[in-house]
Amino acid sequence: MTPGLHHYLIVSALLFSLGVFGVVSRRSLLVIYMSLELMLNAANLALVAFSQFNNNLDGQVMVFFIITVAAAEVAVGLALIVALYRKRRSAHVEDLTSLKY
Amino acid sequence: MDAHAAQHALAATPAFSSRPEDLAWFILLLPLIASASIAAGVRRSTFLSATLSIGAVVAAFVLSIALFLPFGLGGYVAVPSTFSWIHAGDLNVDLGVAVDRLSVLMLLIVTGVSSLVQIYSTAYLKGDSGYGRYFGSISLFTFAMLGIVLADNLVMMFVFWELVGVSSYLLIGFWFEKPSAADAAKKAFLTNRLGDFGFLLGILMVWSATGSVQFAGIANALALHPAALGSLASIAGLLIFCGAMGKSAQFPLHVWLPDAMEGPTPVSALIHAATMVAAGVYMLCRAYVIFQIPGAWPAPLGFLSGISALDIIAAIGGFTALLAALMAVQQDDIKRILAYSTLSQLGYMVMAVGCGGPAAAMYHLTTHAGFKALLFLGAGAVIHACHHEQNIWRMGGLWRRLPVTFRTFAIGTAALAGLPILTSGFYSKDAILVSALDGGHPVLFGLGVLVAAFTPFYMLRLVIVAFFGPARSDAASHAHEAPAAMTWPLIALAVPSVAVAWLGLGDFLSAHFDPHFHAHEGGGIFGPFNHAPLAAMFGTGALLFGATAAFGVYWGVAKDPLPAQLGCLSRAMRDRFYFDELYEAVFVPLHDMIGRLCGAIDRWVFSGLIIRGVHGSVELFGRGLRLVQTGNLQTYTFLFAAGVAVVVLLATI
Repeated sequence: MTPGLHHYLIVSALLFSLGVFGVVSRRSLLVIYMSLELMLNAANLALVAFSQFNNNLDGQVMVFFIITVAAAEVAVGLALIVALYRKRRSAHVEDLTSLKY
Repeated sequence: MDAHAAQHALAATPAFSSRPEDLAWFILLLPLIASASIAAGVRRSTFLSATLSIGAVVAAFVLSIALFLPFGLGGYVAVPSTFSWIHAGDLNVDLGVAVDRLSVLMLLIVTGVSSLVQIYSTAYLKGDSGYGRYFGSISLFTFAMLGIVLADNLVMMFVFWELVGVSSYLLIGFWFEKPSAADAAKKAFLTNRLGDFGFLLGILMVWSATGSVQFAGIANALALHPAALGSLASIAGLLIFCGAMGKSAQFPLHVWLPDAMEGPTPVSALIHAATMVAAGVYMLCRAYVIFQIPGAWPAPLGFLSGISALDIIAAIGGFTALLAALMAVQQDDIKRILAYSTLSQLGYMVMAVGCGGPAAAMYHLTTHAGFKALLFLGAGAVIHACHHEQNIWRMGGLWRRLPVTFRTFAIGTAALAGLPILTSGFYSKDAILVSALDGGHPVLFGLGVLVAAFTPFYMLRLVIVAFFGPARSDAASHAHEAPAAMTWPLIALAVPSVAVAWLGLGDFLSAHFDPHFHAHEGGGIFGPFNHAPLAAMFGTGALLFGATAAFGVYWGVAKDPLPAQLGCLSRAMRDRFYFDELYEAVFVPLHDMIGRLCGAIDRWVFSGLIIRGVHGSVELFGRGLRLVQTGNLQTYTFLFAAGVAVVVLLATI
């Protein structure tokens, strides 16, 4: 049996849900960050699959964009996390509630 | 006048203006410039502010003479020079100056008296800490008054009308540290506002009926359709008269004028004798065409048919004249006697307008401006000499110590009393009595004669008590004549008090109101006895009677004998017939009640229910919503993701 489009999409959806679950449930910012990357890559997988099954390259071009943006985002995000850690001595989300009420 | 005279007049005017009527703009703006620069900082230098203010008004006086020659004497007719000011819907207001016999004469009065008063003030207010402020205010007042005189439409007149109110407020309250002066200023302002409200309503009525606010436009519209105002004709006239009632202090709004004497005496001379209070009479004459149309009353007031607005105006004027004359008889304050006398004379003028004699009213206004300003300035000199003693019973024997003041004051008194042939007051008063007789108001004529008897009585009471007999206080026995800056204006004002009448002013003014007017045969200085002997005889008789009575009662007494003879009547006269008390008992509580009601509505309905209600509900809602902000990143993410899921779910269904 050759895998069809919906197989790829199911994997992509699972990966994305996993990412959302990680973002919502984990306490460490770093892990949340990794979960975010998981969500991005779920999107990448879906795009590549669409590209393959629809016979055009638009999806693949989009993936390159996403990879580039993700790299930039990681650079900025990690820098922010480091700065935050230096200031607060912690990288856990429950400590970051100064905007409460 | 013929074209030749106009040509001649045009050639004779100064070269810097191609149209002589444009000079009026310079006259109007000079005092404003002086006032603005004094307000901007010149006031710190007493010398500079006085020089600037006096310079401006004297220049305006000279220009007024230059304007009087072609327009007053030459008969040159002004081409209206207007530019558009307000265009809103049907309301078109053009800013323009009305230059004719009426206004050039008033220009002369206003700038002339203002010049003399300001020169006088330099000495009177020497050393006062508000010296610069005084000259700034008085220049502002002069500007406002000139604006009323020159206005060629009701809107412009109303604007300057209010400006006069403001500047008189500033001047009456000049010594605002004194509570009585501050109160008097407030009282004058508020009483005037009451009249001005009616004036504004009247303007709106006339505008909506005729579609114009220009005096010329109103005259044209009313000439075409005399019934344009419909059943409101008389009401509109009376509302316009309300403005005059405030400014010219007619009953029942007369109460502010005596209190306004709290201002410096030169201010009383300028504002409360010669100009501001005359503005009401001037306005009635200017808007006289509105009163000439046939009267009509709306149905609920049908019982008034047959009585015109002018009849009511005449009655109010006559009543004010008598009332104020009675009050003047028992006053002891030298300025208050003059104030009530002013009230009385203003009532006379208003009565003349009401009897159909605006020319007579303007005539009396002109002569009265001269001699009443003279009397006030004379009273100022007396007060100055007696170290701010104002009670005439604490003066006495001043005729020897203040010779110039006494002589000029006596001339002013003679003019006010209407001494025949010699003084201007006689001719103008006679013109008013004649207009009452010609207008078919025998009762008002009788009233006028009665007032003419009271006038010499209270004026001679003042002169006899203050200037003759022994000095009744230290201050009076050590009085010294005022400096030259104060005596020269007195002398300058004494001249027109005598001579103005010989210039044919009455015919000059009559010709303004009636184009077909022809001067009486046998005019000249004995004119009144020739063409209207009845009025002249009665006037002279009243003078003789009043003067004899005054000499009989007051010559050589140390204490007023009248209270003992008249009892409570004298007390009522002294206490101004209890009008102030009446107003305080009736209107003040009423006003307080309305004020409290409005305050309660404002506090509980507007502020409480509406403003606080809206504010409170928004705040409550905000407080509730705030709880959503947990500060937890992951809650937000979860809610966001859940929201997306719901949206996607809804989209797929």
